[in-house]
Amino acid sequence: MAGDGGRYGEYGGQYVPETLMNAVIELDEAYHRYIRDPEFLRELDDLNHRYTGRPSMLYYADRMTRDLEGAKVYLKREDLNHTGAHKINNVIGQCLLAKRMGKTRVIAETGAGQHGVATATLAAYLGLECEVFMGEHDVERQALNVYRMELLGAKVHPVSSGTGVLKDAVNETLREWTNRVSDTHYVIGTVMGPAPFPEMVCEFQSVIGREVRKQIMEAEGRLPDCLVACVGGGSNAIGLFHEFIGDEGVRMVGCEAGGKGVDTERHAATMTKGSTGIFHGMKSLFCQNEYGQIAPVYSISAGLDYPGIGPEHAYLKAMDRAEYVAVTDDQAVDAFEYLSRTEGIIPAIESAHAIAYARELAPTMSKDDIIVVNLSGRGDKDVAAIARYRGRDIHD
Amino acid sequence: MTDHSKDLERVFSRRAFIPFVTCGDPDIETTERMVRAMAEAGADLIELGIPFSDPIAEGPVIQGADVRALSSGVTTDDIFDMAERVRADLDVPMLVMTYINPVFVYGSERFMDRCRRAGICAIIVPDMPYEQKQDLQPYCTEYGIRLISMIAPTSEDRISMIASEAEGFLYIVSSMGVTGVRTSFSSNLEDMVSAVRRSTDIPCAVGFGISTPEQARHMTDFADGAIVGSAIVRIVAEHGRDSVPYVADYVRRMREELDRE
Repeated sequence: MAGDGGRYGEYGGQYVPETLMNAVIELDEAYHRYIRDPEFLRELDDLNHRYTGRPSMLYYADRMTRDLEGAKVYLKREDLNHTGAHKINNVIGQCLLAKRMGKTRVIAETGAGQHGVATATLAAYLGLECEVFMGEHDVERQALNVYRMELLGAKVHPVSSGTGVLKDAVNETLREWTNRVSDTHYVIGTVMGPAPFPEMVCEFQSVIGREVRKQIMEAEGRLPDCLVACVGGGSNAIGLFHEFIGDEGVRMVGCEAGGKGVDTERHAATMTKGSTGIFHGMKSLFCQNEYGQIAPVYSISAGLDYPGIGPEHAYLKAMDRAEYVAVTDDQAVDAFEYLSRTEGIIPAIESAHAIAYARELAPTMSKDDIIVVNLSGRGDKDVAAIARYRGRDIHD
Repeated sequence: MTDHSKDLERVFSRRAFIPFVTCGDPDIETTERMVRAMAEAGADLIELGIPFSDPIAEGPVIQGADVRALSSGVTTDDIFDMAERVRADLDVPMLVMTYINPVFVYGSERFMDRCRRAGICAIIVPDMPYEQKQDLQPYCTEYGIRLISMIAPTSEDRISMIASEAEGFLYIVSSMGVTGVRTSFSSNLEDMVSAVRRSTDIPCAVGFGISTPEQARHMTDFADGAIVGSAIVRIVAEHGRDSVPYVADYVRRMREELDRE
């Protein structure tokens, strides 16, 4: 849990323009009120079950385990959720909250489009007006998700400012929120931003870890030895990790986007290469230069293509409670193909970063050890891009 | 070293005109000529914008200026050096406006020390609200730099809290949204200023959206100063290195309207 003022150690806080302060204070009060309200929680659980299909399965990857000849590998199947990723867990919570607060319009940023699709989906279901901001470069590489959002009734705004990717989409959504705040809730897609967003998104995503605890106890009678998840902003990773922070024997590894390699200029490896800064409402780690200018970042994965990370991750790293490793585009694409062939499961290219690390880790562990990988999303959206990466000219 | 912490006291002795310039757009030499020309044309206080890669409080005009400035390679140090050169032979109050990250990463104490040595009297940080101001306030106090607070149309019940601790002057945000030229302003602008006046006697300057001499005149009927950013940056965007006489002329026209009996 975040401390006073939404702090995780020195990280976190609430760095937004004065225009937004009353909105974030109102949100903070509403969140802390409703998260203890039995009626709200009942509605949240009901939608998680009836609409998303929760609990998601904890799947024993038998063929992968046998192939790697090491630890047992379990996959938490967030890819089977309605809309195809973990993103909907957070969106259900925030949209229900927005309704309770009397908001009639939601806005969101999106990178790969998964969060935008989830937000558009809930907006359709709950009768909210929805506008999504997406970097123009991402609009191009995730064309199918753009159409999907429009099909769901959302308006998609391509963002051409800056580098035209996720960071710029967040900038533009923040600007739009300052423009029209009274009837509008900003559904932030990950554990970033000003308090209470990191804590709130963590809470809505922690359903993942709570289910894993119960499921692994049923399957194995004990806790896992290692949790592995990809990190961009870090919401699926926190969703898995948070529940286990107090369990000292459970190792936690976040896999960030190494792009073309962390020694090149083309990566999004905030934990490996970043430094402390204050941006997008929070103090955390960022890829930036010596004058505090945020660096352009790169990843094959539009969902990990972000120059910062949620403050709780920065804190877990500072406390040495979680480890973070960089996984390159090449390793992620190999893992994307590996899981498809080995288990018949096509992972999101984001989640493939976690699979890539699990492939390296499992053989170094004993056959009695257990790894749980968060399979945060499914890869249908990435198939055309991966084909192009392999030199096949396929378009959505 | 001259003490510039008293600079702000004389700014508001008349209807104050406060122009903003994005430093380094299109290059720092042009900015230096422009600052000198604005001072001579009658600016009471000059707002030096330190460009940031991701200026979330800015509209497209100043965003564009930030991109051009950073592509010119300008750094925070270049801007301090420029301010110091200007201040060595021109008696014009100057403040810096930038985002919290360039200050924090530079080192908040080192930043304020550098401000003082460059002859800068105040700082505006739009993404640092009241609740976080202790990040900077101790260093601002130590080095005599006024930390300017902002009041927005949504501030409402926060006005007295912010105003009662404010120093230098209060930056009254004229409208919702980001910076940029506007034709209409928040309908409760005068009420905002009245609410501020109930908590403090420090001056109020209105910013965001002002572009014409008539708008500036109107704002200073009830407030103490008018801040103009995007309208000037637009002139720089159009004329680049040749923009100095155009900007000087713009500042003169503002001055004339504000000085009119």
